[in-house]
Amino acid sequence: MVKNHPQMMNNPHVTSPVGGFDVWRVRQEFPILKETVYGKPLVYLDSAATSQKPQRVMDAMSHFFLRENANVHRGVHYLSERATEAYENARVKVARFLNAKHANEIIFVRGTTEAVNLVAATFGKAQVGPGDEVLITAMEHHSNIVPWQMLCQEKGAHLRVTPINDAGELILSEMERLIGPKTKLVAVTHISNVLGTINPIQEIVKMAHAKGAPVFVDGAQAAPHLPIDVQALDCDFYAISGHKMYGPTGIGTLYGKREWLDAMPPYQGGGDMILSVSFEKTVYNKPPNKFEAGTPNMAGAVGMAAAIDFVMDVEHHSLVTHEHDVLAYGMAALSTFPGLRLIGTASAKSGVISFVLDDIHPHDIGTILDREGIAIRTGHHCAQPLMNRFGLPATARASLACYNTRHDIDALMAGLAKVREVFR
Amino acid sequence: MNDELRNLYQEVVIDHSKQPRNFRKLTDATCSAEGYNPLCGDQLTLYVKLTNEVIDDIGFTGSGCAISKASASLMTAALKGKKQQEALMLFNQVHILLTEGPNGRVPPDTLGKLAVLSGVWEFPMRVKCATLAWHTLRNALEGKEIPVSTE
Repeated sequence: MVKNHPQMMNNPHVTSPVGGFDVWRVRQEFPILKETVYGKPLVYLDSAATSQKPQRVMDAMSHFFLRENANVHRGVHYLSERATEAYENARVKVARFLNAKHANEIIFVRGTTEAVNLVAATFGKAQVGPGDEVLITAMEHHSNIVPWQMLCQEKGAHLRVTPINDAGELILSEMERLIGPKTKLVAVTHISNVLGTINPIQEIVKMAHAKGAPVFVDGAQAAPHLPIDVQALDCDFYAISGHKMYGPTGIGTLYGKREWLDAMPPYQGGGDMILSVSFEKTVYNKPPNKFEAGTPNMAGAVGMAAAIDFVMDVEHHSLVTHEHDVLAYGMAALSTFPGLRLIGTASAKSGVISFVLDDIHPHDIGTILDREGIAIRTGHHCAQPLMNRFGLPATARASLACYNTRHDIDALMAGLAKVREVFR
Repeated sequence: MNDELRNLYQEVVIDHSKQPRNFRKLTDATCSAEGYNPLCGDQLTLYVKLTNEVIDDIGFTGSGCAISKASASLMTAALKGKKQQEALMLFNQVHILLTEGPNGRVPPDTLGKLAVLSGVWEFPMRVKCATLAWHTLRNALEGKEIPVSTE
């Protein structure tokens, strides 16, 4: 595959892997990257929407269905034991990946969105009352806005918003000012899905804890890009999605500090979340089972564990270095493109490049690039308040993952030249 | 550039998107409506001045992609002086053109300048961009107050 890659032959710079990271070997693990689109090699620059999946994730899930499938936590038979082991091993793997103190601080959910909703429906229900405040930021994804808005409406509480500067960085002094005695929770994204800004979570947590406010972190975009240590961050909740980090859709996890999880009421009612049920009274199970009603997404958990193995195997540190190299190359290249304006120029930034091009609508850019085999996202990226902050209806967004190379940026630049040609 | 793209972004389309006709608010509109396309953030407000069921004047404001802007511009140019019923019938014709293409039930040459929208057919994701103005028109004429969404 490496030999046949048409772009690779003329470009010597990619043959020397960055920091010992062999991107061409990594690419071979992703069968879909060999696809062609409209007769052109696929250039996938939409990993912030969903990442592609390495073969081993598909293999692990198919192995589960072929060899281990049975319901978890129920049967005394062999297969149920195997399935339970696979599912609980996945939980242990996630706990290690996030450096949680205990595996029982990891709750399996459908994804980050459900994790936010879970915290709003349990923690929020118990802790937030009339006149209280939930503090979010101007760069949140709709999924880290709407559940809090719904909670505040229901409770008669107020949603407060930390502003950002023109580079797309949180204004921390404003945030500090906004955290007060009524702040029951600070909800913040680790990395912005539109701007790529990496927020200083540790600092934010310190600031919030100093005033007694716990912190929820949306880690959907961070998990595939940064090593995460929830103990070092000292955050109270941390949510991730499997599909953004090379795993399957429909699975994610919520990390919660044990003391919160013990105190929170259950999420949904059903099987597995109970110790005993009578028509008069139900005794709830302990965390994490307390929050996992019903038969869980077992194959999804297994797939997510395989994705974590992949990230650990490629070695997180060199992966970060490689991605940063492609990001820096991309930012430098795009900033020279006439009429192009980069949206999100934070000094701490991960693999997202959002831009607008003169008055050409991002949707038109997306359509033209698509015919060149280049997949980018265009639109408001589920962050309409952020778009309003920049006075834009939409942006074009190229987002990176470990398998992207400088070639993909070159292809994007060539594609943008085509866009210019159409709209000249 | 490949043929499909060339058919989509015909010169007339680019021209109307860059210099939309009737791109203004009517101060004497008898009806108006708003339309959104949440997928790409297209937003437009359509103003119609009806006199005895005839579209005396028509204008729009808003922001959107080239296809939605050009479609709105071409629509306003085509509808001035048309009867309300004729306008709605034309929407049906345009809709068939957009979804069935140049070889469908509506031959493009029967639609005058609107024929340039026939290239949209090759891009199913963009049909809602091209129909946004028309859906909004229908709401305006029927006096519906809920904003149109083409999602």
